[in-house]
Amino acid sequence: MLEIKNLHATVDGTEILRGLDLTLGAGEVHAIMGPNGSGKSTLSYVLAGREGYEVTEGEVLFRGENLLALAPEERAAAGVFLAFQYPVEIPGVPNTTFMKEALNAVRKARGEEGLDAMQFLKLLRAKTKELGMSEEFLKRAVNVGFSGGEKKRNEVLQMAILEPTLAILDETDSGLDIDALKAVADGVNALRSPERSLLVITHYQRLLDYIVPDHVHVLSKGRIIRSGGPELAEELEAKGYAETIEAAA
Amino acid sequence: MSEPLNLEPLSLETVERRWEAASAALPGAGLGWLDALRAEGLARFRDAGAPTPKLESWKYTNLPRALRERDYAPSASTPRAGIDRVASLLPETAEPHRLAFLDGRFSPEHSRLEDLPAGVILAPLSALLGEAPQRLEGLLRRPEEDRELALDALNAALFDEGAALLLDRGVALERPVELLFLGGTAERPVESQLRLVVALGEGAEAQLVEHHQGLGEGAGLTNLVSDIHLDAGAGLTHLRMQEAGTEAIHLAGSRILLQRDARYRSLAVTSGGALSRHGLAVELLGENAEVVLDGAYLLRGRQHGDTTSVIRHAVPHTRASQTYKGALDGRARAVFQGRIVVEPGAQKTDGRMLNKTLLLSDKAEIDSKPELEIFADDVVCAHGATAGALDDAALFYLRSRGLDARSARALLVEAFVAELIEDFPVEALRPALTQRLRAWLAAEG
Repeated sequence: MLEIKNLHATVDGTEILRGLDLTLGAGEVHAIMGPNGSGKSTLSYVLAGREGYEVTEGEVLFRGENLLALAPEERAAAGVFLAFQYPVEIPGVPNTTFMKEALNAVRKARGEEGLDAMQFLKLLRAKTKELGMSEEFLKRAVNVGFSGGEKKRNEVLQMAILEPTLAILDETDSGLDIDALKAVADGVNALRSPERSLLVITHYQRLLDYIVPDHVHVLSKGRIIRSGGPELAEELEAKGYAETIEAAA
Repeated sequence: MSEPLNLEPLSLETVERRWEAASAALPGAGLGWLDALRAEGLARFRDAGAPTPKLESWKYTNLPRALRERDYAPSASTPRAGIDRVASLLPETAEPHRLAFLDGRFSPEHSRLEDLPAGVILAPLSALLGEAPQRLEGLLRRPEEDRELALDALNAALFDEGAALLLDRGVALERPVELLFLGGTAERPVESQLRLVVALGEGAEAQLVEHHQGLGEGAGLTNLVSDIHLDAGAGLTHLRMQEAGTEAIHLAGSRILLQRDARYRSLAVTSGGALSRHGLAVELLGENAEVVLDGAYLLRGRQHGDTTSVIRHAVPHTRASQTYKGALDGRARAVFQGRIVVEPGAQKTDGRMLNKTLLLSDKAEIDSKPELEIFADDVVCAHGATAGALDDAALFYLRSRGLDARSARALLVEAFVAELIEDFPVEALRPALTQRLRAWLAAEG
């Protein structure tokens, strides 16, 4: 599904990723944990194709294709989805309009027919209900005036609508209280399937109590320094990053 | 009546020749008050000449340069035949009362004047000046000794057509009034000197759609002066759509006088013209008078669009709010100059002004200049201006969800401007305005 080989990336001339290797199989859930500044968000932006994140070495293959050659919208059409750590507020654009434009853009890029307003609304209502969200969400401008939890749920809703094959969750737990965290995790778990891979990026272990990963990786200074099963997350929580990183060095 | 091609438009020489050729045959010629007004207008224009960037409020708008190498026929020339329909922003179901003008000539076949209710006059100015000129006496602005207003003076001297909408006290017009001005219909580009007179009696209500459009490049010159009078408690909602041809020069000056409790609400949309200028002079003359002046400009290429307003709060307890937003692409340039004047004693004034511009290219330019002149101490006045590119974070967010760069930009610009359309209280206009906005966004930059 996803193969990252010796990835180096710079932001404003500073090297943040320094030879990152990672392989995700179809249907697998991988967690990347790391302290602040280890390169977690840079990795998510590089995978989604944000401007200003320059890849200087290495490659990223998504279903065997060079992901880095694609524009952000082409990656979305290919099935890559990034749930943002800080979802962007877009005043004046209703949430419903936004999601309809997004879904139809992706469908057209895949050679499928766009949904008309009625079909889309039906789908959106069903997904909103599945995620236990209020329909009132849909009328408001994208993320404007949303609480932290609502923004993250809105990300999960977009993911449910777009049905990506690779979803990257960038610190989806940050800023959430325990109820919101559970709701978001339930939403994500409902989307787990043998065809869909998840890359869960987080600072804390607690999200992984709810979204249980198959593999856990520790990121430090732009490289994966240790990999293991779910128990690695618990070890990190118990010992802290400093000790774990030192032991791996 | 063809003229030599080497005369500079709006030069003194050109104006003198026009005057000599046309003055005796101008509508209303022989009416004492109107002859005096025209003579005064000509005298003022002789003193001032056409405005140049040396004048304070014309600093950013170089009219002489825009007129260089251009040449116009007087509006008397023959219109091109075969225009079956003039575009309307209103759905047929709105059944607007309509006056249409092709290059400054009234066109009965494109107009709709049947079933006007009692107490309403809607007529081409030339006709009304023949039939009931006394209805217009006192409603036309007298030319002022202000060089900045030289085009108003010129218009007073030479206007030869236009529209009048007069409502008796207490009349609420149910159907909207539509004024269609189509340029580019003549063989040669035409100079049109037009006058618009709107007077609403006490408590009268109307919706007005003023729509300037062009065939092809619509390369004419329009100088339009509007006199709008709102008596106590009267209310006017006014859409001004200026989508003249991309080679047109469109100059407009509006004076809006509001008495006690009167309300005026306008939305001015500007997407046409090589160079356009809309001058607004609002006078809040009675307590509780209120104006909302909104505007949207969408310009690209080398288009230049100028909005210059003066809002004068003459008495206590008046309110004015002004929100102008626009998007500029290519080498387009917009000018927004807004002056708020609060006269001594005009306490409890509420005056707000906001100008926000999206610059879609590095070469686009906005010159935004607010001015406050406040001579009272118990007032709330605020102004703000922003200009900047589209938000990169928002663009990336949309693209990461599958929208291509162009659609993402269009969605953001639409959201930025659409707010003004949604706030405008004439719902019947929304579909057409939204369609215009989307068409502009979809066109190549």
